[in-house]
Amino acid sequence: MDRELLNDNDFLRDSGFCGHTACPGCGEKILLRHVLDVLGPETVIAAPAGCAAVTDGIFPHTVSPVPFLHTAFGAVASGAAGVRAGLDMSGRENVTVLAWAGDGATFDIGLGPLSAIAERNENIIYVCYDNEAYMNTGVQRSSATPSGSWTTTTPSGRLKSEPKKNIDLIMASHKIPYVATASPAFLDDLKMKVAKAKRLTGFRFLRLFSPCPPGWKSDPADSITLARLAVESNIFPLFEIEDGERWSLSYESSGVPVARYLKTQGRFRYLSDDDMARIQRETDRDYNRLKSLHQYNGYQKIVVEEQ
Amino acid sequence: MKRVISGNEAASLAVKLSRVQVISAYPITPQTTIAEKLSELCGSGELDAKFVKVESEHSAMATLIGASSTGVRTFTATSAQGLALMHELLFWASGARLPIVLVDVNRAMAAPWTIWCDQTDSLAQRDTGFLQFYCWSNQEILDSVICAFKIAEKLLLPCMVCYDGFYISHTHEAVEIPEQSDVDKFLPPRDAEYRLDTKDPRTFSGGTLPANFMEIRYKLQKAFEKAPDVINTTYGEFDKLFGRSYSAVEPYYTDDAEAVLLASGSAASTAFHAIRKMRQSGIKAGLLRLRQFRPFPEKELLSYLKPNIKYGVLDRDLSPGTGGVIAQEIRAILNRNNVRIDINEFIAGLGGRDITVDNVTEILLKVRDDKGDKLQINWVGLKN
Ligand SMILES: Cc1ncc(C[n+]2csc(CCOP(=O)(O)OP(=O)(O)O)c2C)c(N)n1
Ligand SMILES: [Mg+2]
Repeated sequence: MDRELLNDNDFLRDSGFCGHTACPGCGEKILLRHVLDVLGPETVIAAPAGCAAVTDGIFPHTVSPVPFLHTAFGAVASGAAGVRAGLDMSGRENVTVLAWAGDGATFDIGLGPLSAIAERNENIIYVCYDNEAYMNTGVQRSSATPSGSWTTTTPSGRLKSEPKKNIDLIMASHKIPYVATASPAFLDDLKMKVAKAKRLTGFRFLRLFSPCPPGWKSDPADSITLARLAVESNIFPLFEIEDGERWSLSYESSGVPVARYLKTQGRFRYLSDDDMARIQRETDRDYNRLKSLHQYNGYQKIVVEEQ
Repeated sequence: MKRVISGNEAASLAVKLSRVQVISAYPITPQTTIAEKLSELCGSGELDAKFVKVESEHSAMATLIGASSTGVRTFTATSAQGLALMHELLFWASGARLPIVLVDVNRAMAAPWTIWCDQTDSLAQRDTGFLQFYCWSNQEILDSVICAFKIAEKLLLPCMVCYDGFYISHTHEAVEIPEQSDVDKFLPPRDAEYRLDTKDPRTFSGGTLPANFMEIRYKLQKAFEKAPDVINTTYGEFDKLFGRSYSAVEPYYTDDAEAVLLASGSAASTAFHAIRKMRQSGIKAGLLRLRQFRPFPEKELLSYLKPNIKYGVLDRDLSPGTGGVIAQEIRAILNRNNVRIDINEFIAGLGGRDITVDNVTEILLKVRDDKGDKLQINWVGLKN
């Protein structure tokens, strides 16, 4: 990718982004700030029920520097499609429509409408900030919750045993122009992907890693560190899929043991060494498969500076 | 120009004449031919609108909420199961004060499955904050949909235009199709005071605490209280341009009547013909046709309801555990206004059971000869 893709309007440096009510160390607000910084002021947000909606502010307060439409929990995809249609019919085709949704809204209650707007290749950027559970209602499992994780509906003794749903593959199967993952620990990569998404037209899907200290039982100060560990351990690989066909890994990880990542968070505290070994095997298997796909399509390495 | 068209075609032509900009709908019998006709009109370019082909009715309403928030004119149509699937979003539409117009082609709710008519589907949405109108002819459908946009946009309230599945939706009648230039005079483009606008960024429908929510609901109620005036003014303007007039309640042969039936939709037109025949044989029967259900036309009804006349209410719907929805609403306004009139409640025509001229005649005679035993619900044409 090309650094020149980044516009440098420094939009949010001027407009400010303060007064939100997110918890310390929340990934979502960091992500939104950087995404909006790239997309700029000609953007309209649609967001469903979830932490992003609540922490934007309670009426009459709002943090959003761009128009922000709250939608029903399962309605963000269709709502965004409606905003797109309305803007297009009123001569505002140049405005970016950003759907901004949690994993519950994306993987679960809103999956049908999400699939529909992807299949119609609506001209929308859809971002899923993935904090791997229903956080706003107090940490219940979603189909994005990884196996072995504690949540209030998968308590100890009944930890989630099913694997996380592979939403990226599902989205790529719609043959949409762009699918990508990105992390707040790799901001250059993240911003370039947002810029690339902005330059494309049609349906673009980004899944962003979104640490949640209260839900993950992690130290707020560790959010970026554990986001980095998630990438380095291949729990959350960074990649792109273009037109559902061309896969490319964005970053070659150092392959740190998954245990190092898992041990940063209380939600994994019930895992035995055997469990961790199993997760290591599954992670290796998934990563090797991903690598084989991307090798087949031509590897393009980007260098991300260590901080 | 007069054309012989179906009820669903009348609704579709009204959407075209109203220059709707975003349409979103999902097929369901008996609404389907609206979705097809509008697809055709958008496809041919006769209607310059974007038709968003969604995967469900929940998404159809969600799409219109998004579109209407950008300030454009929006439309959807559905029936029964589809309307029920929209339920959550109907509240979002009214709470956000979006002038979305929805046609509901009345159909009974499953289980068991049926595609045939009753009005329980739309009446069950009475608390969602939609204006509700009920039509009895194809001309009235066309006129009501055009008026609905004007009324909805003036009040910032969403609006439902309802008519009976098959009995009206698929029946062909001669309909006067107004000139586009005349409709343009009546219905200018929507001028939204608030809309999603990057030049004036605002947040819509965000989280609200107890300190503000009640006032927002109070304003919604106030808009409904203002609605009768706005509706009447709109009908007046429509009458002036097109020579057809409407009101919330329409009386027929009520002045000297001994027994009057309250009915809506196609049952009202059957009742109208039954009453004309009864009049020929000297029976003093009358009809009050309920055209408007939300806001409930309290003032109009009270002006027609007289203690010396006996009333029957025909409900083509059922709220299990209480009875007919319209009968309940009428009792409520009578009690609220300390008016002592007994009404007889008739449940008829559920799931598309025909309501015949003979049924209506029997009902009206029963009402006329009633000796004061008002408590039971009368089931019309029930098999043993
Ligand atoms: C139809 C419906 N069901 C349930 C809820 C309650 N609810 C609100 S937010 C939420 C979970 C959101 O999870 P996610 O999308 O992952 O976002 P997060 O809160 O984690 O940011 C739930 C279950 C709702 N608002 N609407
Ligand atoms: Mg979540």
